[in-house]
Formats: sequence, structure tokens, C-alpha cells
Amino acid sequence: MDAEAAKLIGAGLAAIGAGMAAIGVGNVFGSFLESALRNPGAADGQQGRLFIGFAAAELLGLLAFVVAMILIFVA
Amino acid sequence: MPLSTYKGLNDVAAEGGKIDPMHQFQVEPLVPLNIGGYDLSFTNSAMFMVVVLGLIWVFMLGGMKRELVPGRWQVAVESVTGFISNMLDQNVGPEGKRYVPLVFSLFMFVIVANMLGMMPLGIIPGVHTFTVTSHFTVTGVLAILSFGTVLVVGFWRHGLHFFSLFVPHGTPWWLMWLIPFIELFSFLIRPFSLALRLFVAMMAGHILMKVLAGFVINGLNAEALWVAPLVAIPSFILMIGITLLELLVCAIQAYVFALLTSLYINDAVNLH
Repeated sequence: MDAEAAKLIGAGLAAIGAGMAAIGVGNVFGSFLESALRNPGAADGQQGRLFIGFAAAELLGLLAFVVAMILIFVA
Repeated sequence: MPLSTYKGLNDVAAEGGKIDPMHQFQVEPLVPLNIGGYDLSFTNSAMFMVVVLGLIWVFMLGGMKRELVPGRWQVAVESVTGFISNMLDQNVGPEGKRYVPLVFSLFMFVIVANMLGMMPLGIIPGVHTFTVTSHFTVTGVLAILSFGTVLVVGFWRHGLHFFSLFVPHGTPWWLMWLIPFIELFSFLIRPFSLALRLFVAMMAGHILMKVLAGFVINGLNAEALWVAPLVAIPSFILMIGITLLELLVCAIQAYVFALLTSLYINDAVNLH
């Protein structure tokens, strides 16, 4: 296989990681909403933790994006 | 990220009549300046940082009148400062008051820079908005500020006892060979994750918007008549939604940056 083609395929495969992170982020907010509706009184106090979880899940998707960008533009 | 150095790629894209999504990140010198072999030019990036600083300055100046019955502007400023001081109060405790100015400055710089990059100033001919936070060098320095504060505060307050941060309470003795290294690794990776998150979120959003804008423009200019209603119009509608999402991301990223900084400061102040 041509090295250039392999790079582009690799960059495309990295999009799987971005999709997985989307599942992760959806999971974070979904679980939060589910439990927030059960106990709305405690929901406001947990917003900081919600965003920490969101940030952690999102970072991994962004890393996949960085891998794609490095493959296309740098490597 | 040396994306802006790929001029050859940009030229190729320009020849094909395509919209090049990477061109917006190019750092261009406005006032060339070379001192002792170092390139110290005043770039568009530097100009937008100055604009950000000016905006924050005006915003703060308008709200610092200390009136007993606050006006609208003062309420706006006080709600932002109150938001940050609340965050530090919750995450760090009473000691957190001391770090409000630092976290507030980081938060304001990030959010104003993000929002300024989203402003549709491109409709004015010759003006191109530049998102300061879409460059790893800038977010890297912000992350180093946050991480450096943690190191200085930690060693200042606790001395060498600060290293106990890497040994959580209740670690069984037979895991002592593993846990400190994992903790050390997760500690050292913090500045990278802070900088990378902000930079990539901003860059990805702007690339996405530019690609969609390319669909709209090329679709409207296409020779085949079915392209405009089938590609350009849906892309335009999608773009409106993505713009709203990006505005949300701008605010969330600034919030996350401030939140994580306050959490890290909590580690330095209170250990575990």
C-alpha cells in the first residue's frame, strides 16, 4: 500500500475514536439527567462533577482528532 | 502545531478553487520586527490578544464603580466574579479566596478569546478573526501558568511533604511500587491535557465551520443546478446549529479550564 494512502486510512480510522467519545459524552450527560430527575434537589451540587466527567470523556475524543491531524499534516 | 507552516498545501487547495480550512490559523506578521536574530513581529495573534485584553479591561472598568445599588453593568461583572469565587469556595474551601484573581484572569481570557474568534467579523472586508486559543503555544502557556501555580503553591506550603500527593491514603503496602507512579503520571499529564483540550476543541470547531462554509459557497457556485438546494441550503442550516453549539463549547471549555485549575489548586493547598 502507498504510504500516503495508509496515512489517510489511519486518519479515517481515528474518526472511530471520535465517535466513541461521543458515546462517552452522551453517557455522562445521560446518566446525570437520569439521576437528576430522580433527585432534583441534589442535581445542582453535582454540576462540577458533571463537567469533570464531561471533560475527561471529551479529551479522549479530542486525542483521536489530534492523531488524525498529525497523520494528515505532520507525519 | 506547525499547521500554519504548510504553505504548499494551502497553495494546492487555493488552486483547486476549494476553501482551505487551515488558512484561518495562519499567524501573519503585521509589524515585522527582528531583534538579534529572533522574530519578534507583532502578529495577528498578538493583535487579537491585545483586543481580548482591551475588551476585558473595558468590561471590568465599567463594573468596578462599587455603587451601593449596582447598575446592570456592575451586576454583570459581579456575577462573573461571584461565579469564580463560588467555584473556588466549593472546590478549595476558605483558602481558595486567594486564588480568585488567577482563576478569574484565566477564565476571562479564555472565554473572551474563544468568543472573539466566533464573532462574524469576516463580513467586513479585510478583517479576519483569529482565535487566539486555537494555537497550542497559547493554550500551552495558559496551562503552564495553571500547573506552575500548583507546583509553587504545593512546595511552598508543604515542602517535600507535597510528594505525599502521589501516595493516596489507604494505599496497601504491596501496591506501593505501582500507585505512586500512576499518580505521578496522571499529575504530570495535567498541563498537556489542559492545553490540548482547549486547543483541539477550538481548532476542530473552526475547521468544521470552515468546511461547512466551503460546502455552502461551492454549492451555490456549482454549475449543476441541483447542488444548491440539495447541498448548500442544508449545509447552511446545519451551520447555524453548529454555530450555536460552538458558542456553547466556547463557554464550556472556559468553564472546564477554570474548574480543573481550581481542582488542581485544591490538590496543592489541601493535599489529598
